[in-house]
Amino acid sequence: MTMPFYVAPEQFMKDKADFARKNIARGRPLVATVYAEGVLICSENSSRSLHKVSEIYDRIAFAGVGKYNEFDSLRVSGVQHADLKGYQFSREDVDARSLANLYARYMGNVFTHEMKPLEVEILVAEVGPQPGEDQMFHILYDGTVVDEDRFSALGGEADAITSRMARAYRPGWSLQEALVASVQALSGHDRDLQPTELEVAVLDRGNGRRAFRRILVAEVAAMLKRGGSAGASEGAPGLGAGEGASTNRGTVAEGGTDAEGGTEAEEGGTDTEGGA
Amino acid sequence: MTLPMFPPGDAPGPDFAEVLRRTRLSPFGCGGALFGASVAGPPSPGHFTTGAVSEPVRGLGRPDMQIPHATTICAVRYSEGVIMAGDRRATAGSAIAHRTLEKVHPADTHSGVAIAGAAGTALEMVRLFQLQLEHYEKVEGQALSLEGKANQLSQMVRSNLAMAMQGFVVVPLFAGYDLRRSRGRIYTYDFTGGRYEETDYHADGSGGRDARTTIKLGFREDMSREEGVELCVRALWQAADEDSATGGPDAVRGIYPTVATITAAGFARVPEEEVASAFERVIGTLSSAEVNRVRSAGTGEAASSRKGKRP
Repeated sequence: MTMPFYVAPEQFMKDKADFARKNIARGRPLVATVYAEGVLICSENSSRSLHKVSEIYDRIAFAGVGKYNEFDSLRVSGVQHADLKGYQFSREDVDARSLANLYARYMGNVFTHEMKPLEVEILVAEVGPQPGEDQMFHILYDGTVVDEDRFSALGGEADAITSRMARAYRPGWSLQEALVASVQALSGHDRDLQPTELEVAVLDRGNGRRAFRRILVAEVAAMLKRGGSAGASEGAPGLGAGEGASTNRGTVAEGGTDAEGGTEAEEGGTDTEGGA
Repeated sequence: MTLPMFPPGDAPGPDFAEVLRRTRLSPFGCGGALFGASVAGPPSPGHFTTGAVSEPVRGLGRPDMQIPHATTICAVRYSEGVIMAGDRRATAGSAIAHRTLEKVHPADTHSGVAIAGAAGTALEMVRLFQLQLEHYEKVEGQALSLEGKANQLSQMVRSNLAMAMQGFVVVPLFAGYDLRRSRGRIYTYDFTGGRYEETDYHADGSGGRDARTTIKLGFREDMSREEGVELCVRALWQAADEDSATGGPDAVRGIYPTVATITAAGFARVPEEEVASAFERVIGTLSSAEVNRVRSAGTGEAASSRKGKRP
């Protein structure tokens, strides 16, 4: 007759947490920050179709890192919850805080009661009617909720990214400044991230009822290029001017010769700004 | 509320109506919270409808029960896409229930839905349809095709069949700009959910027949926006002239029909001033037969009182 092994509850929880943390850290990171007109979410993602960042409701966005199928089913549940709530009550009654609490409850429950915890970290962001009223909720694999009001980093190397963002962050910065700083925080000192390796989306106060908008590769490239050259001239906040310039070079190299690439990127940027 | 979590083999997918059914909130079909109780017996008085039918609702066993009905709607294809229009009146029996009802609604960015029939049910259907399209787009990451949207609406009309049999008929008109084919398309429905694609134009509701005839006589291929708006406005004028349940332009209160265009750029309301000036042009071109008939029937007095109604 076999006896079940005894495992101390402390050990059991620690093993689960280590398992979740290890697998989340293997995934590529994501950073979100508030800027003058809303919330910017920027992640490393080379796929054009499997999104890490998506729309939940009029003013609410979702972002996840870790195991794709797990955070994607959380995303769909969030959309269903938000649409149900808006249908049952009113569109104004759908808010990020209650959704974040529901996510936290669900993820905490899975962590405690299931064999395998969720290998995901998620972010629920809401753009407020005025600057300073934006909200971001960072929810960990065990259901811990962290309320952030400046920026938030998820996934592998989150600590390093957080410290880089803390140095660069400036209240009320523009979308371009926030994007350049976010990309630099994601990439660190030893590599350059290309616009094609990024997935960028914003919750934009000025975007009408549905605030969520994806920023396409061409627009990201244009903003990084402009931001990079501005950073080189005045010195990027918290980072060396050389790094700003290297981002610039990386972007221009795509468009062929320096002059041509520059003009194309500039035009693209102007067009998309006009549309927004 | 809890987070809806469905097992992988039993998830409703991008279908919001199915999510509603699972959570017992669906207003259409069996088990609905809104009409669930009334499927077995007649609905309680106090339900409102916007009517295609201006007479008291039949088949309810309650001849005194009169619900608001929405009346005349139309859609016309033109050079840039589709124009949709609808009058603003809702009637309950012979009474005017509402003077400023909106019957033309955006379904999503590139399509619109107009409603005739029982107003309460119809407006609920529009709300659910808008939500369904947005829900699909968010869950799937891309919008439905125009035909997919038209089929969705067809299913909603069909799920209202039990209510329709009791008199709460909803007859929507769906039109949109097909981005894949670069043209405007119009779909009409019957109350069983039957879906029919029209090539150029259609009108529905109690004044739909008059509106349809007017459009038929005035339709040309590749009309400009101005011509298209004028044709829709003319059709609604003629419908209001012949049908008591259809409201004409109300210059005293400043109430004009809802007119919207759907083009490659999306759904956009035509400004009220533009509709008002289209009406002025239409009235200026009415045939002498139309105006003279009034004069010969009565005296000069009748003619002048009619003139006074013009905006």
